[in-house]
Amino acid sequence: MTEFTLWDILRNLLLATRWTIVLSLVSFIGGGAVGLLLLFARISTRKAIRTFARCYIELFQGTPLLMQLFIAFFGLGLFGIDVPAWLAAGLALILWTASFLAEIWRGCVEAIAKGQWEASASLGMGRLQQMRYVILPQAMKIAVPPTVGFSVQVIKGTALTSIIGFVELSKAGTVVTNATFLPFTVYGLVALIYFALCWPLSRSSQFLERKLNVAHRNH
Amino acid sequence: MSLIEITEVRKSFGPNEVLKGINLDVAPGEVIAIIGKSGSGKSTLLRCINGLEMISGGSISVAGAQLLDDQLHLKTLRLKVGMIFQQFNLFPHLTVGGNVILSQTVVKKTDAKAAEAMARRMLDRVGLGHKFDAYPDELSGGQQQRVAIARALAMEPIALLCDEITSALDPELVAEVLSVVRELAAEGMTLLMVTHEMKFARDVCSRVVFMHQGRVHEIGPPGEVFSNPQTPELKQFLGVH
Repeated sequence: MTEFTLWDILRNLLLATRWTIVLSLVSFIGGGAVGLLLLFARISTRKAIRTFARCYIELFQGTPLLMQLFIAFFGLGLFGIDVPAWLAAGLALILWTASFLAEIWRGCVEAIAKGQWEASASLGMGRLQQMRYVILPQAMKIAVPPTVGFSVQVIKGTALTSIIGFVELSKAGTVVTNATFLPFTVYGLVALIYFALCWPLSRSSQFLERKLNVAHRNH
Repeated sequence: MSLIEITEVRKSFGPNEVLKGINLDVAPGEVIAIIGKSGSGKSTLLRCINGLEMISGGSISVAGAQLLDDQLHLKTLRLKVGMIFQQFNLFPHLTVGGNVILSQTVVKKTDAKAAEAMARRMLDRVGLGHKFDAYPDELSGGQQQRVAIARALAMEPIALLCDEITSALDPELVAEVLSVVRELAAEGMTLLMVTHEMKFARDVCSRVVFMHQGRVHEIGPPGEVFSNPQTPELKQFLGVH
Protein backbone atom coordinates (compact mmCIF):
# COMPACT_ATOMS: atom_id res chain seq x y z
CA MET A 1 0.00 0.00 0.00
CA THR A 2 1.26 3.41 -0.95
CA GLU A 3 2.17 5.77 1.87
CA PHE A 4 1.13 9.42 1.58
CA THR A 5 3.18 12.10 3.29
CA LEU A 6 1.55 15.22 4.67
CA TRP A 7 3.25 17.13 1.88
CA ASP A 8 1.63 14.89 -0.74
CA ILE A 9 -1.76 15.68 0.69
CA LEU A 10 -1.13 19.38 1.06
CA ARG A 11 0.37 19.69 -2.42
CA ASN A 12 -2.70 18.14 -4.03
CA LEU A 13 -5.05 20.29 -2.00
CA LEU A 14 -3.13 23.45 -2.89
CA LEU A 15 -3.24 22.55 -6.58
CA ALA A 16 -7.01 22.28 -6.32
CA THR A 17 -7.16 25.57 -4.37
CA ARG A 18 -6.21 27.31 -7.61
CA TRP A 19 -9.61 26.34 -8.98
CA THR A 20 -11.38 27.59 -5.89
CA ILE A 21 -9.64 30.92 -6.38
CA VAL A 22 -10.35 31.08 -10.11
CA LEU A 23 -14.01 30.17 -9.59
CA SER A 24 -14.31 32.76 -6.79
CA LEU A 25 -12.79 35.48 -8.96
CA VAL A 26 -14.99 34.61 -11.93
CA SER A 27 -18.10 34.56 -9.73
CA PHE A 28 -17.20 37.80 -8.02
CA ILE A 29 -16.27 39.75 -11.16
CA GLY A 30 -19.06 38.28 -13.28
CA GLY A 31 -21.51 38.63 -10.42
CA GLY A 32 -20.39 42.23 -9.92
CA ALA A 33 -21.07 43.07 -13.58
CA VAL A 34 -24.48 41.38 -13.60
CA GLY A 35 -25.19 42.85 -10.16
CA LEU A 36 -24.54 46.37 -11.44
CA LEU A 37 -27.05 45.85 -14.27
CA LEU A 38 -29.52 44.46 -11.72
CA LEU A 39 -28.94 47.46 -9.47
CA PHE A 40 -29.86 49.85 -12.29
CA ALA A 41 -32.90 47.72 -13.07
CA ARG A 42 -33.89 47.59 -9.41
CA ILE A 43 -33.98 51.38 -9.07
CA SER A 44 -35.28 52.06 -12.58
CA THR A 45 -38.07 54.57 -13.05
CA ARG A 46 -40.01 51.94 -15.01
CA LYS A 47 -42.11 49.66 -12.90
CA ALA A 48 -41.85 46.58 -15.17
CA ILE A 49 -38.05 46.67 -15.02
CA ARG A 50 -38.08 47.18 -11.26
CA THR A 51 -40.44 44.25 -10.78
CA PHE A 52 -38.30 42.00 -12.97
CA ALA A 53 -35.19 42.80 -10.93
CA ARG A 54 -37.03 42.31 -7.66
CA CYS A 55 -38.34 38.90 -8.75
CA TYR A 56 -34.88 37.85 -9.92
CA ILE A 57 -33.31 38.84 -6.63
CA GLU A 58 -36.00 37.16 -4.55
CA LEU A 59 -35.76 33.99 -6.61
CA PHE A 60 -31.99 33.69 -6.30
CA GLN A 61 -31.86 34.72 -2.66
CA GLY A 62 -34.84 32.57 -1.76
CA THR A 63 -33.56 29.26 -3.08
CA PRO A 64 -30.48 27.32 -1.93
CA LEU A 65 -27.36 27.77 -4.04
CA LEU A 66 -27.19 23.99 -4.23
CA MET A 67 -30.55 23.83 -6.02
CA GLN A 68 -29.37 26.49 -8.46
CA LEU A 69 -26.26 24.42 -9.18
CA PHE A 70 -28.37 21.29 -9.72
CA ILE A 71 -30.72 23.11 -12.09
CA ALA A 72 -27.83 24.61 -14.07
CA PHE A 73 -26.08 21.24 -14.28
CA PHE A 74 -28.85 18.63 -14.55
CA GLY A 75 -31.79 20.79 -15.56
CA LEU A 76 -30.24 22.02 -18.78
CA GLY A 77 -29.08 18.47 -19.44
CA LEU A 78 -32.73 17.38 -19.61
CA PHE A 79 -33.16 19.59 -22.66
CA GLY A 80 -30.27 17.89 -24.35
CA ILE A 81 -27.87 20.72 -23.58
CA ASP A 82 -24.63 19.23 -22.33
CA VAL A 83 -23.30 21.54 -19.64
CA PRO A 84 -19.80 20.86 -18.33
CA ALA A 85 -19.42 21.15 -14.56
CA TRP A 86 -17.19 24.25 -14.73
CA LEU A 87 -19.73 26.11 -16.84
CA ALA A 88 -22.68 25.20 -14.63
CA ALA A 89 -20.66 26.11 -11.53
CA GLY A 90 -19.52 29.46 -12.96
CA LEU A 91 -22.94 30.40 -14.28
CA ALA A 92 -24.85 29.51 -11.13
CA LEU A 93 -22.37 31.30 -8.88
CA ILE A 94 -22.34 34.43 -11.06
CA LEU A 95 -26.15 34.66 -11.03
CA TRP A 96 -26.30 33.94 -7.30
CA THR A 97 -23.58 36.49 -6.44
CA ALA A 98 -25.28 39.09 -8.62
CA SER A 99 -28.54 38.84 -6.69
CA PHE A 100 -26.81 39.55 -3.38
CA LEU A 101 -24.46 42.28 -4.63
CA ALA A 102 -27.35 44.10 -6.34
CA GLU A 103 -29.27 44.20 -3.09
CA ILE A 104 -26.24 45.25 -1.01
CA TRP A 105 -25.53 48.06 -3.47
CA ARG A 106 -29.15 49.15 -3.64
CA GLY A 107 -28.99 49.73 0.08
CA CYS A 108 -25.89 51.88 -0.41
CA VAL A 109 -27.49 53.93 -3.20
CA GLU A 110 -30.60 54.49 -1.10
CA ALA A 111 -28.45 55.64 1.81
CA ILE A 112 -27.46 58.71 -0.24
CA ALA A 113 -29.53 61.71 0.81
CA LYS A 114 -32.52 62.53 -1.39
CA GLY A 115 -31.22 66.09 -1.70
CA GLN A 116 -28.33 64.82 -3.82
CA TRP A 117 -30.80 63.50 -6.39
CA GLU A 118 -32.80 66.72 -6.26
CA ALA A 119 -29.81 69.03 -6.56
CA SER A 120 -28.35 67.13 -9.50
CA ALA A 121 -31.77 66.89 -11.18
CA SER A 122 -32.36 70.61 -10.81
CA LEU A 123 -29.00 71.22 -12.52
CA GLY A 124 -30.37 69.38 -15.54
CA MET A 125 -28.64 66.02 -15.18
CA GLY A 126 -30.31 62.92 -16.56
CA ARG A 127 -30.71 59.81 -14.45
CA LEU A 128 -27.59 58.06 -15.72
CA GLN A 129 -25.53 61.22 -15.24
CA GLN A 130 -26.82 61.56 -11.68
CA MET A 131 -25.85 57.98 -10.95
CA ARG A 132 -22.43 58.23 -12.54
CA TYR A 133 -21.25 61.58 -11.26
CA VAL A 134 -23.13 62.14 -8.02
CA ILE A 135 -24.70 59.04 -6.50
CA LEU A 136 -22.33 56.15 -7.27
CA PRO A 137 -19.10 57.93 -6.22
CA GLN A 138 -20.67 58.45 -2.79
CA ALA A 139 -22.41 55.07 -2.62
CA MET A 140 -19.21 53.23 -3.54
CA LYS A 141 -17.52 54.46 -0.40
CA ILE A 142 -20.25 52.91 1.73
CA ALA A 143 -20.36 49.79 -0.44
CA VAL A 144 -16.72 48.75 -0.14
CA PRO A 145 -16.78 47.07 3.30
CA PRO A 146 -19.97 45.00 2.82
CA THR A 147 -18.90 44.04 -0.71
CA VAL A 148 -15.52 42.79 0.46
CA GLY A 149 -17.29 41.06 3.32
CA PHE A 150 -19.62 39.29 0.91
CA SER A 151 -16.68 37.98 -1.12
CA VAL A 152 -16.10 35.60 1.82
CA GLN A 153 -19.55 34.11 1.19
CA VAL A 154 -18.65 33.64 -2.47
CA ILE A 155 -15.47 31.71 -1.62
CA LYS A 156 -17.36 29.46 0.75
CA GLY A 157 -20.12 29.09 -1.84
CA THR A 158 -17.69 27.58 -4.32
CA ALA A 159 -17.40 24.54 -2.01
CA LEU A 160 -20.89 23.47 -3.11
CA THR A 161 -19.77 23.07 -6.70
CA SER A 162 -17.90 19.92 -5.63
CA ILE A 163 -21.30 18.18 -5.60
CA ILE A 164 -21.75 18.57 -9.36
CA GLY A 165 -18.22 17.29 -9.90
CA PHE A 166 -16.20 20.47 -10.29
CA VAL A 167 -12.77 19.71 -8.84
CA GLU A 168 -11.92 22.52 -6.46
CA LEU A 169 -10.68 22.43 -2.90
CA SER A 170 -13.60 20.54 -1.33
CA LYS A 171 -13.83 17.99 -4.10
CA ALA A 172 -10.05 17.47 -3.94
CA GLY A 173 -10.46 16.92 -0.20
CA THR A 174 -12.94 14.11 -0.87
CA VAL A 175 -10.73 12.55 -3.52
CA VAL A 176 -7.63 12.67 -1.33
CA THR A 177 -9.55 11.26 1.63
CA ASN A 178 -10.69 8.33 -0.45
CA ALA A 179 -7.10 7.60 -1.40
CA THR A 180 -5.49 8.14 2.00
CA PHE A 181 -8.22 7.18 4.50
CA LEU A 182 -7.12 10.14 6.60
CA PRO A 183 -10.32 12.24 6.70
CA PHE A 184 -9.45 14.25 9.80
CA THR A 185 -6.05 15.34 8.47
CA VAL A 186 -7.34 16.07 4.99
CA TYR A 187 -10.47 17.99 5.95
CA GLY A 188 -8.52 19.76 8.66
CA LEU A 189 -6.13 21.02 6.01
CA VAL A 190 -9.04 21.89 3.70
CA ALA A 191 -10.58 23.97 6.47
CA LEU A 192 -7.28 25.71 7.16
CA ILE A 193 -6.88 26.64 3.51
CA TYR A 194 -10.41 28.06 3.37
CA PHE A 195 -9.67 29.99 6.51
CA ALA A 196 -6.44 31.33 5.03
CA LEU A 197 -8.42 32.60 2.04
CA CYS A 198 -11.36 34.07 3.94
CA TRP A 199 -9.85 35.51 7.07
CA PRO A 200 -7.74 38.22 5.37
CA LEU A 201 -10.85 39.30 3.47
CA SER A 202 -12.93 39.57 6.63
CA ARG A 203 -10.18 41.52 8.31
CA SER A 204 -9.72 43.90 5.38
CA SER A 205 -13.48 44.47 5.34
CA GLN A 206 -13.31 45.57 8.97
CA PHE A 207 -10.22 47.66 8.28
CA LEU A 208 -11.87 49.37 5.30
CA GLU A 209 -14.97 50.10 7.32
CA ARG A 210 -12.89 51.91 9.90
CA LYS A 211 -10.71 53.63 7.32
CA LEU A 212 -13.61 54.91 5.23
CA ASN A 213 -15.30 55.72 8.53
CA VAL A 214 -18.62 54.98 6.99
CA ALA A 215 -20.82 55.75 9.95
CA HIS A 216 -19.52 59.26 10.42
CA ARG A 217 -19.17 60.65 6.92
CA ASN A 218 -21.27 63.29 5.22
CA HIS A 219 -22.56 64.57 8.55
CA MET B 1 -44.78 89.34 -21.41
CA SER B 2 -44.47 86.94 -18.53
CA LEU B 3 -41.36 84.88 -17.98
CA ILE B 4 -42.95 82.30 -15.73
CA GLU B 5 -46.59 81.39 -16.34
CA ILE B 6 -48.35 79.30 -13.74
CA THR B 7 -51.92 78.53 -14.75
CA GLU B 8 -54.55 76.69 -12.68
CA VAL B 9 -51.89 74.43 -11.16
CA ARG B 10 -53.16 71.59 -9.00
CA LYS B 11 -51.10 69.06 -7.12
CA SER B 12 -52.21 66.17 -4.98
CA PHE B 13 -50.25 63.74 -2.85
CA GLY B 14 -52.63 60.79 -2.77
CA PRO B 15 -56.01 62.06 -1.58
CA ASN B 16 -54.45 65.20 -0.13
CA GLU B 17 -54.68 68.19 -2.48
CA VAL B 18 -51.89 70.63 -1.59
CA LEU B 19 -52.24 73.03 -4.51
CA LYS B 20 -55.81 73.94 -5.42
CA GLY B 21 -55.53 75.95 -8.61
CA ILE B 22 -52.63 78.38 -8.50
CA ASN B 23 -52.35 81.23 -10.98
CA LEU B 24 -49.24 83.35 -11.01
CA ASP B 25 -47.43 85.21 -13.78
CA VAL B 26 -43.94 86.48 -13.15
CA ALA B 27 -42.38 89.19 -15.33
CA PRO B 28 -38.65 89.17 -16.13
CA GLY B 29 -36.61 90.72 -13.33
CA GLU B 30 -39.34 90.39 -10.74
CA VAL B 31 -38.43 89.24 -7.26
CA ILE B 32 -41.28 87.33 -5.67
CA ALA B 33 -41.48 86.28 -2.04
CA ILE B 34 -43.83 83.43 -1.23
CA ILE B 35 -44.90 83.43 2.39
CA GLY B 36 -47.35 81.37 4.39
CA LYS B 37 -47.70 78.81 7.14
CA SER B 38 -46.02 75.45 6.81
CA GLY B 39 -48.30 73.12 4.92
CA SER B 40 -49.73 75.97 2.85
CA GLY B 41 -48.12 74.51 -0.30
CA LYS B 42 -45.44 77.16 -0.88
CA SER B 43 -42.50 74.77 -1.12
CA THR B 44 -44.52 72.37 -3.26
CA LEU B 45 -45.35 75.18 -5.68
CA LEU B 46 -41.67 76.06 -5.99
CA ARG B 47 -40.69 72.43 -6.54
CA CYS B 48 -43.32 72.09 -9.27
CA ILE B 49 -41.84 74.98 -11.23
CA ASN B 50 -38.70 73.00 -12.10
CA GLY B 51 -40.36 69.62 -12.17
CA LEU B 52 -39.08 68.13 -8.91
CA GLU B 53 -42.76 67.46 -8.34
CA MET B 54 -45.10 66.69 -11.20
CA ILE B 55 -48.34 68.65 -11.28
CA SER B 56 -51.72 66.94 -11.31
CA GLY B 57 -53.43 69.64 -13.36
CA GLY B 58 -52.90 73.03 -15.01
CA SER B 59 -49.72 74.15 -16.71
CA ILE B 60 -46.38 75.75 -15.96
CA SER B 61 -44.01 77.29 -18.45
CA VAL B 62 -40.76 79.16 -18.04
CA ALA B 63 -39.67 81.29 -21.01
CA GLY B 64 -41.59 79.02 -23.34
CA ALA B 65 -40.33 75.75 -21.83
CA GLN B 66 -43.30 73.68 -20.73
CA LEU B 67 -43.31 71.44 -17.68
CA LEU B 68 -43.89 67.96 -19.11
CA ASP B 69 -43.02 64.60 -17.63
CA ASP B 70 -40.21 63.46 -19.87
CA GLN B 71 -36.44 63.81 -19.63
CA LEU B 72 -36.06 66.11 -22.65
CA HIS B 73 -38.65 68.67 -21.56
CA LEU B 74 -37.49 68.54 -17.97
CA LYS B 75 -33.90 69.20 -19.00
CA THR B 76 -34.91 72.15 -21.19
CA LEU B 77 -36.94 73.57 -18.33
CA ARG B 78 -34.24 73.04 -15.71
CA LEU B 79 -31.62 74.76 -17.85
CA LYS B 80 -33.80 77.88 -17.66
CA VAL B 81 -34.53 77.83 -13.96
CA GLY B 82 -32.02 77.01 -11.25
CA MET B 83 -32.86 75.97 -7.72
CA ILE B 84 -31.28 76.48 -4.31
CA PHE B 85 -32.28 74.33 -1.36
CA GLN B 86 -32.64 74.75 2.36
CA GLN B 87 -30.06 72.00 3.00
CA PHE B 88 -27.54 73.31 0.38
CA ASN B 89 -27.18 69.82 -1.14
CA LEU B 90 -23.61 70.31 -2.28
CA PHE B 91 -21.89 67.20 -3.61
CA PRO B 92 -19.70 66.17 -0.64
CA HIS B 93 -17.27 64.08 -2.71
CA LEU B 94 -16.28 67.04 -4.91
CA THR B 95 -14.38 70.23 -4.11
CA VAL B 96 -16.14 73.57 -4.19
CA GLY B 97 -14.74 74.11 -7.69
CA GLY B 98 -15.80 70.61 -8.73
CA ASN B 99 -19.32 71.28 -7.52
CA VAL B 100 -19.63 74.34 -9.74
CA ILE B 101 -17.89 72.73 -12.73
CA LEU B 102 -19.67 69.35 -12.82
CA SER B 103 -23.04 70.20 -14.29
CA GLN B 104 -21.52 72.57 -16.84
CA THR B 105 -19.33 69.84 -18.33
CA VAL B 106 -21.86 67.02 -17.94
CA VAL B 107 -25.09 68.75 -18.92
CA LYS B 108 -23.98 71.60 -21.17
CA LYS B 109 -20.85 69.83 -22.48
CA THR B 110 -18.82 72.98 -21.82
CA ASP B 111 -15.11 72.22 -22.21
CA ALA B 112 -13.11 71.88 -19.02
CA LYS B 113 -11.23 75.19 -19.31
CA ALA B 114 -14.27 77.32 -19.96
CA ALA B 115 -16.18 75.56 -17.18
CA GLU B 116 -13.38 76.22 -14.71
CA ALA B 117 -13.19 79.88 -15.72
CA MET B 118 -16.95 80.18 -15.26
CA ALA B 119 -16.72 78.44 -11.88
CA ARG B 120 -14.05 80.85 -10.69
CA ARG B 121 -16.08 83.85 -11.88
CA MET B 122 -19.22 82.64 -10.09
CA LEU B 123 -17.33 81.81 -6.90
CA ASP B 124 -15.75 85.27 -6.95
CA ARG B 125 -19.22 86.70 -7.39
CA VAL B 126 -20.38 85.09 -4.13
CA GLY B 127 -17.07 86.01 -2.46
CA LEU B 128 -15.63 82.49 -2.26
CA GLY B 129 -13.03 82.41 -5.02
CA HIS B 130 -10.36 81.49 -2.45
CA LYS B 131 -12.28 78.32 -1.45
CA PHE B 132 -12.04 76.74 -4.91
CA ASP B 133 -10.11 73.69 -3.71
CA ALA B 134 -11.84 73.23 -0.34
CA TYR B 135 -14.38 70.48 0.32
CA PRO B 136 -17.95 71.36 1.32
CA ASP B 137 -17.57 69.95 4.85
CA GLU B 138 -14.74 72.41 5.48
CA LEU B 139 -17.09 75.36 4.96
CA SER B 140 -19.62 77.06 7.21
CA GLY B 141 -23.30 76.75 6.37
CA GLY B 142 -23.41 80.25 4.94
CA GLN B 143 -20.41 79.54 2.73
CA GLN B 144 -21.93 76.27 1.56
CA GLN B 145 -25.13 78.03 0.59
CA ARG B 146 -23.16 80.65 -1.35
CA VAL B 147 -21.39 77.82 -3.21
CA ALA B 148 -24.82 76.36 -4.01
CA ILE B 149 -25.83 79.73 -5.43
CA ALA B 150 -22.64 79.88 -7.53
CA ARG B 151 -23.32 76.35 -8.74
CA ALA B 152 -26.81 77.30 -9.89
CA LEU B 153 -25.60 80.55 -11.48
CA ALA B 154 -22.89 78.76 -13.46
CA MET B 155 -25.64 77.14 -15.53
CA GLU B 156 -26.74 80.65 -16.55
CA PRO B 157 -30.42 80.27 -15.66
CA ILE B 158 -32.91 83.04 -16.40
CA ALA B 159 -34.69 82.51 -13.10
CA LEU B 160 -33.78 81.14 -9.68
CA LEU B 161 -35.98 79.32 -7.19
CA CYS B 162 -34.93 79.67 -3.56
CA ASP B 163 -36.53 77.23 -1.14
CA GLU B 164 -36.09 78.62 2.39
CA ILE B 165 -32.41 79.07 1.69
CA THR B 166 -31.60 80.68 5.02
CA SER B 167 -33.74 78.48 7.27
CA ALA B 168 -30.98 75.98 8.04
CA LEU B 169 -28.42 78.66 8.86
CA ASP B 170 -27.25 80.01 12.17
CA PRO B 171 -28.62 83.54 12.64
CA GLU B 172 -25.23 85.21 12.18
CA LEU B 173 -24.77 83.52 8.78
CA VAL B 174 -28.09 84.58 7.29
CA ALA B 175 -26.91 88.05 6.32
CA GLU B 176 -24.05 86.90 4.07
CA VAL B 177 -26.42 84.73 2.02
CA LEU B 178 -29.12 87.35 1.81
CA SER B 179 -26.65 89.97 0.64
CA VAL B 180 -25.71 87.71 -2.27
CA VAL B 181 -29.40 87.32 -3.13
CA ARG B 182 -29.88 91.07 -2.82
CA GLU B 183 -27.09 91.62 -5.36
CA LEU B 184 -28.65 89.11 -7.74
CA ALA B 185 -31.95 90.93 -7.48
CA ALA B 186 -30.23 94.24 -8.15
CA GLU B 187 -28.63 92.77 -11.27
CA GLY B 188 -32.07 91.92 -12.61
CA MET B 189 -32.25 88.17 -11.92
CA THR B 190 -35.78 86.83 -11.73
CA LEU B 191 -36.22 85.28 -8.29
CA LEU B 192 -38.95 83.27 -6.63
CA MET B 193 -38.23 82.68 -3.00
CA VAL B 194 -40.04 80.90 -0.25
CA THR B 195 -38.85 82.73 2.82
CA HIS B 196 -39.47 83.56 6.44
CA GLU B 197 -37.27 86.67 6.25
CA MET B 198 -40.07 89.23 6.28
CA LYS B 199 -37.75 92.21 6.48
CA PHE B 200 -35.85 90.99 3.46
CA ALA B 201 -39.09 90.38 1.58
CA ARG B 202 -40.26 93.90 2.36
CA ASP B 203 -36.96 95.49 1.28
CA VAL B 204 -36.09 93.55 -1.84
CA CYS B 205 -39.16 91.93 -3.34
CA SER B 206 -41.35 93.43 -6.00
CA ARG B 207 -44.36 91.30 -5.03
CA VAL B 208 -45.34 89.16 -2.11
CA VAL B 209 -47.54 86.08 -2.45
CA PHE B 210 -49.33 84.89 0.67
CA MET B 211 -50.38 81.27 0.37
CA HIS B 212 -53.03 79.65 2.53
CA GLN B 213 -54.42 76.12 2.26
CA GLY B 214 -53.13 75.54 -1.25
CA ARG B 215 -54.33 78.81 -2.72
CA VAL B 216 -52.87 82.24 -3.40
CA HIS B 217 -54.71 84.07 -0.65
CA GLU B 218 -53.29 87.55 -1.14
CA ILE B 219 -50.82 89.02 -3.58
CA GLY B 220 -49.40 92.47 -4.05
CA PRO B 221 -46.42 94.78 -3.57
CA PRO B 222 -44.79 94.31 -0.15
CA GLY B 223 -45.91 97.73 1.01
CA GLU B 224 -49.56 96.76 0.58
CA VAL B 225 -49.37 93.18 1.73
CA PHE B 226 -47.41 93.89 4.88
CA SER B 227 -48.91 97.26 5.85
CA ASN B 228 -52.48 96.66 4.82
CA PRO B 229 -53.36 92.96 4.93
CA GLN B 230 -56.93 92.37 3.73
CA THR B 231 -57.76 88.91 5.01
CA PRO B 232 -57.92 87.66 8.61
CA GLU B 233 -55.57 84.76 7.72
CA LEU B 234 -52.80 87.09 6.56
CA LYS B 235 -53.37 89.39 9.54
CA GLN B 236 -53.00 86.43 11.84
CA PHE B 237 -49.92 85.20 9.97
CA LEU B 238 -48.25 88.60 10.24
CA GLY B 239 -49.35 89.01 13.82
CA VAL B 240 -51.22 92.31 13.30
CA HIS B 241 -54.68 92.96 14.66
